[in-house]
Amino acid sequence: MAWFDNGWGLSLIVFLPIAGALVILLAPKKNLTAIKSFGLTFTALPVLLAAIMIARFDYGAGSAFQFGTDLSWIASINARYHIGIDGISFPLLVLSTVLTMLAVIYTFNHWPEPHNPKAFMALILVLGTAMNGTFVALDLVLFFVFFELVLLPMYFMIGIWGDKTMMKVPGFRIEAETRLYAAIKFFVFTLFGSAFMLLGFLALYYRSGEVAPFVRTFDIPTLIQAGSQGAFTGTFAFLVFGALFLGFAVKVPMWPLHTWLPDAHTAAPTVGSVLLAGILLKLGSYGFIRISLPILPEEAHHWAPAIAILAVIGIIYGALACLAQSDMKRLIAFSSVGHMGFVMLGISTLTVVGINAAVIGMVAHGLITGLLFFVAGSMAHRYHTREMAKLGGNQKLMPKMGAILGFTAIASLGLPGLAGFWGEFMSLVGSYNPALGLNLGVFRTAMVVGAIGTVLTAGYMLWMLQRVNLGEPSGEWGSHALVDADVYELTAWVPLMVLIVAVGVFPKLVFGATNGAVAALVAKAFGG
Amino acid sequence: MIDYLALAPEIIIAATAVVVLLADLWLVRKYWTAIIAVVGTTAAAIPLIVMAVSTVGDRELFGGSYVVDPFALVMKGVFLMAGYVVLLMSFSYVESDNYYEGEYYFLLLVSILGSLVLGSARDLISLFVGIELVASPMYVLAGFRKGDLKSNEAALKYYLLGVLASALLLYGSSFVFGLTGSLTFDGIASVAGGLVHEPAFVMAVLFILAGIGFKVSAVPFHFWAPDTYEGAPTPITAYLSVSSKAAGFVALLAVAYRAFGPASATWAPVVWVLAALSMTIANLSALKQDNIVRMLAYSSISHAGFMLVPFVVAPYVGADGLGNAVAATVTYLIIYAFMNLGAFALVIAGSRKAGSGTVDGWAGMATYAPGLAFLGAVFFFGLAGIPPLAGWFAKFVMFRVVLTAGSGWAVGLAVVAALNSVVAIYYYARVVKAMWMDPVPATVPDREVREAAVPVPLALALGITAAIVLVVGAAPGLVTFFSDATKTLAGGG
Repeated sequence: MAWFDNGWGLSLIVFLPIAGALVILLAPKKNLTAIKSFGLTFTALPVLLAAIMIARFDYGAGSAFQFGTDLSWIASINARYHIGIDGISFPLLVLSTVLTMLAVIYTFNHWPEPHNPKAFMALILVLGTAMNGTFVALDLVLFFVFFELVLLPMYFMIGIWGDKTMMKVPGFRIEAETRLYAAIKFFVFTLFGSAFMLLGFLALYYRSGEVAPFVRTFDIPTLIQAGSQGAFTGTFAFLVFGALFLGFAVKVPMWPLHTWLPDAHTAAPTVGSVLLAGILLKLGSYGFIRISLPILPEEAHHWAPAIAILAVIGIIYGALACLAQSDMKRLIAFSSVGHMGFVMLGISTLTVVGINAAVIGMVAHGLITGLLFFVAGSMAHRYHTREMAKLGGNQKLMPKMGAILGFTAIASLGLPGLAGFWGEFMSLVGSYNPALGLNLGVFRTAMVVGAIGTVLTAGYMLWMLQRVNLGEPSGEWGSHALVDADVYELTAWVPLMVLIVAVGVFPKLVFGATNGAVAALVAKAFGG
Repeated sequence: MIDYLALAPEIIIAATAVVVLLADLWLVRKYWTAIIAVVGTTAAAIPLIVMAVSTVGDRELFGGSYVVDPFALVMKGVFLMAGYVVLLMSFSYVESDNYYEGEYYFLLLVSILGSLVLGSARDLISLFVGIELVASPMYVLAGFRKGDLKSNEAALKYYLLGVLASALLLYGSSFVFGLTGSLTFDGIASVAGGLVHEPAFVMAVLFILAGIGFKVSAVPFHFWAPDTYEGAPTPITAYLSVSSKAAGFVALLAVAYRAFGPASATWAPVVWVLAALSMTIANLSALKQDNIVRMLAYSSISHAGFMLVPFVVAPYVGADGLGNAVAATVTYLIIYAFMNLGAFALVIAGSRKAGSGTVDGWAGMATYAPGLAFLGAVFFFGLAGIPPLAGWFAKFVMFRVVLTAGSGWAVGLAVVAALNSVVAIYYYARVVKAMWMDPVPATVPDREVREAAVPVPLALALGITAAIVLVVGAAPGLVTFFSDATKTLAGGG
């Protein structure tokens, strides 16, 4: 299996989906079976390879990059095809492969309008390559390319298959279809952030030539080494951290850069929302952990209180916004702002506990919110409305669907024993005791405010359940033959439910990989 | 003795031009003139390849006025490729509208000849000859749709402003000759360093910059571009926005880094302003355009701004940095050339199918021409610089040069460029949005028109450019292999 460990395994995980997209483009448009089976094959194989990796990963050396390779790519700027996974990226990569495959399975029976299976499936697969690639890239240029590659498929997914209702465009006296507005807003916001992120990368590249070994490089491990030895300091580092912050914070998204998110999530087709919430948001927080923190530890220290404050504002703001929603999908979208706030709060503590919390929070949010969007999408598909006021009594009309929604909503509010609990709980624990030298007052206040946030989270989730699941169904639905969750839906959802319980009961599934890597990261960057 | 191999590409193109003109007299089937032109352009690439692989170093002719070095070879290669694609695009376009085919190809070949001359020009006279040889046929070709008032306007505007630019260039050159006593770039460079505080010299530099600024259509010398682009036959617009602009950049690179290299502190601030204005004003103007060609005109002005950005680092970096700056502009130029040629080929194909050249007219093209809609995404998002399409790398090397110069001014311009690349996405995405996400308008032509096959030469042009945009995006080393060779331009010598 040497070939597998020396980069081929990872490369296949990354590039199989896009190869599948090419194959699908060549398949005849009418042949739905071929499109489905290619889609499933080219997303199931990465899951299989990831499973082999789970077996072969050296958990004792979680801080080392494994399964990697380092090949020449663009020689003239010293950008390399350097890939590898450590304990931090590994769980996220597994999540990404699994969620992509489940999205493909779900799609089999839920082609969004306009009906164009070929293009839709190809876009899911391109998205798969982009997401997997971002988690394994160990070169800033490679990271940038994959990070940006998610834009195009998501733009088309939202813009073509998104919500066709009209909306008033804020700030203008015109109306536009929600999908069009949301698609371009998503694109422009993300591009704005990543343009500055690119400038930050190049600044690091420039400065890396001035410290040993005096070669300008985009190599992330090399830059981390230089960063931990104090190569990047002063105004330079402040500006670079700010540039990277813009790029990652838009993606997370952190308040106040979050405004693209509710629009994009609400407008996207179900699978788009699932992947957007499940994986794309993590690209931002992963960027913080992989790049900003270890390369610029001193600046991370300076910025940490600001990040913590923005994070708790996000938690409270997200929760309050949820309480004001009438649209079910939009509520789930805003809940992402809150949950990602906990992730960012964990990161801002700069401690082993906090960053572990962030990673498990990311995994849990991917599983739970992914599932929530699946269910919300299926319900909207049946009821043809997302207005919670009209949905009451779902539990009676569709018992299976209602039960799954109830389970997921409870997981989302952080019930102990389910996956969502660990991220929230530990990031609060982490902020009680942040890294040495951080302002205790700020972080303990953040902890208290964050704790209030968990209460609010429970509030809006239960409120949503009450409005959607409980009560008597309105007479409107009497005449409709509502079909409960079908086999495709259950195939896509049950694995997620199993994982939610498994991670909740046995968090070591994630911590076993992350803990060593996080401890090494913190020790190297912050000496703690 | 004259090195005829060094001149072979120029000789072949010149001979082809003459053959085309003669063939036009006797041949009944005029499309043969197009085939002759394509064959001639292909043949001209052979001596280029021979010179590229030969071990003989730089070939200097005419006392150093005319040099075939790696920079010249690469740029000539680009000009030939671009000319080749434009010829392919012209095929069906020219045939369909009863143009004088022979003259059309003759003039186009003469302009290509001019760009080849320019690649090697290393003194002010051959530079001027090259620039005029590129531009003069274009004055005629821009007005080739004689019955169309817009085409007449295009030609007249281009001619008047083009002549003004030539006059500025010549006037500046005469000052430079008077002050330095030399016409060759190396001769000028040897004394330019001592003249930077001489007002007449500064003025001469500014005149020359302004003259070339017209050619590359940098703001504020861009006023001719949108009208000319809109009125001229579309293949000629493609040529103007790619080859003619590239010719201007070749002239600018040679003049700035070779002749005025030691005086970079004089011209770099001017270029800073030109670059910032070009990117910003063109981008803002492009936002409002409904005509796709006009939008591309403004987009090409803004790309000229991006290509000017690497110049501003010249005063702050050493020989290595200068080489990188040259390579960055050349990389951008090559990638831009193919994206833009592809976009214009798409405009020709798309306008025929949709019966309209406006953004709204193209709405819903994905339903009746999915292939073209796919290419639309490739070229327009490529121009916007979204990975994995080639445009990202062009922007990347540009940013890399300015951010590694270690100068606050350069970083400031990088921020301007970053903001502009975000603005640009809006107008490029607007076309793609129309093609993919909007409903088909009622004005769309009948089924047989909109689902007719794209003519083979045009499809070939689309295929070549799209393949380059897609492949280079994933493997940018294919372009840097060539653009890195051009670094020697800044190396002095």
